[in-house]
Amino acid sequence: MNEFIGRMDITAKGCNLYYGDFHALKDINIEIPEKQVTALIGPSGCGKSTFLKIFNRMNDLVEGCRIEGEYRIGGVDIFDKETDVNVLRKNVGMVFQKPNPFPMSIYDNIAFAPRTFGITKKSELDEIVEQSLRRASIWDEVKDRLRKNALGMSGGQQQRLCIARSLAASPKVLLMDEPTSALDPISTGKIEELMEELKKDLTIVIVTHNMQQATRIADKTAFFLLGELVEYGNTDDIFTSPRDERTERYITGRFG
Amino acid sequence: MRKFYSALKYVCIVALIISLVALVAVIAYVLINGMDKLSIDLLFGDYKDSPSILPAFIGTLQLVGIAAIIAVPIGVASAIFLVEYTGNKGKFVKIVQVATETLAGIPSIVYGLFGYLIFVVAFGWGYSMLAGGITLAIMILPTIVRSTQESLLSVQGGLREGAYALGTSKVRTIFKIVLPSAAGGIVTAIILAIGRVVSESAVLILTIGMVVNKVPESLMSPGTSLALDIYYFASHGYPDEAAATAVVLLVFVMLLNLLAGWIGNLIRKSTYGD
Repeated sequence: MNEFIGRMDITAKGCNLYYGDFHALKDINIEIPEKQVTALIGPSGCGKSTFLKIFNRMNDLVEGCRIEGEYRIGGVDIFDKETDVNVLRKNVGMVFQKPNPFPMSIYDNIAFAPRTFGITKKSELDEIVEQSLRRASIWDEVKDRLRKNALGMSGGQQQRLCIARSLAASPKVLLMDEPTSALDPISTGKIEELMEELKKDLTIVIVTHNMQQATRIADKTAFFLLGELVEYGNTDDIFTSPRDERTERYITGRFG
Repeated sequence: MRKFYSALKYVCIVALIISLVALVAVIAYVLINGMDKLSIDLLFGDYKDSPSILPAFIGTLQLVGIAAIIAVPIGVASAIFLVEYTGNKGKFVKIVQVATETLAGIPSIVYGLFGYLIFVVAFGWGYSMLAGGITLAIMILPTIVRSTQESLLSVQGGLREGAYALGTSKVRTIFKIVLPSAAGGIVTAIILAIGRVVSESAVLILTIGMVVNKVPESLMSPGTSLALDIYYFASHGYPDEAAATAVVLLVFVMLLNLLAGWIGNLIRKSTYGD
């Protein structure tokens, strides 16, 4: 069995992805450094979310999806026969565009992943729940109502709960698929602050539609267009002196 | 044009009144004629001097038991396979869909005939509660599959994705996330299907033999049910007893419907909060 230990850099080599006959991602090569925030930007339908979902193999669930190339996280080949997809997903958490708390108590939401991986002792679970909620900076808001149904929370709280739920699986990488696009500016701000904190221990890759968000939070930015990786580099460089004309046109708002 | 629209309103009101009158007339007729004969003897008597529906009551419970034990697990499991394992797509699902819809629309006497020819005659069981119960199970199976499918499909896809993204296996996702979320709808569907079992008569005429004066000794014995007793009493010169039995059956079905709504709500509340 392949284990996820050591540096959590992410690499993709010769990435091509097809939905049936549609060539959705075209020959993408990228190296994403650990413990940084990397933003994937680009217009709708450019393949950035699809690309993100390769790394926790969520595309496995999509019928007719075919993936070529070599993908490594922390040196582990994630499509290797020896790599258990559930262990991969435990180590590579994901936060979705629409908050998707389970219809159960706040506590049970957070304890879900640890229970999946065999932790049953109450004291241990209690500790994981508190720690995860603290790391997602939502502990103070929910500590008195852990037994209440998670669906009673506001959208912003639900999203931070979902982040906490991912953290409870103690992932090394966190993939975020437009995590704030359904949220108000205050909740968005809270999640952005949170990412700043989380990247101390986690490699974060975030898909965002919002270029200001990328400039605020991302160390590196990758610009996707029509299934191609057009440009990738330090966020400052991408936004101040893009090398590719298409990048420049996108960030100055002339298309997309 | 305006006149036409306001006339339409009155046409609808008249239609509604006719529906209500028909409904009230049936219930009132049953109650007026049946309440008189509703006695301890009829309900729990031993059928020596006067007719009793005790055998029918026990028979109905047996039939519900047999049908539910067979149809619920098979129906729910089939629906889980169709929705969770085939994604409710593809040719096979289409075929099953058409088949279940057709089966759900077949008159029950056809199921009765099938049960008679297979279980009663070919298997040589004779008229028996088991033959009736299994035939009823086959009859309600399509309904249970269909409504369970609907309940599973109404579970938001985001919940499944969320569970998979945490490294949860498919089986655990189904049992811990999908089924609890769909349970309200599934339970309601099951109870309504049981309502059909309770009120069915055509199937039973051909499969359990309508022995009205004896509590079945075993599942292989012939017997009767409440709905069958109504037919038997009415056609053997006991119209008032038939009406009294109908009162019991009405109450029974009404309670089942209330139970369905109540349990469904209870589960929805416990999953989704107030």
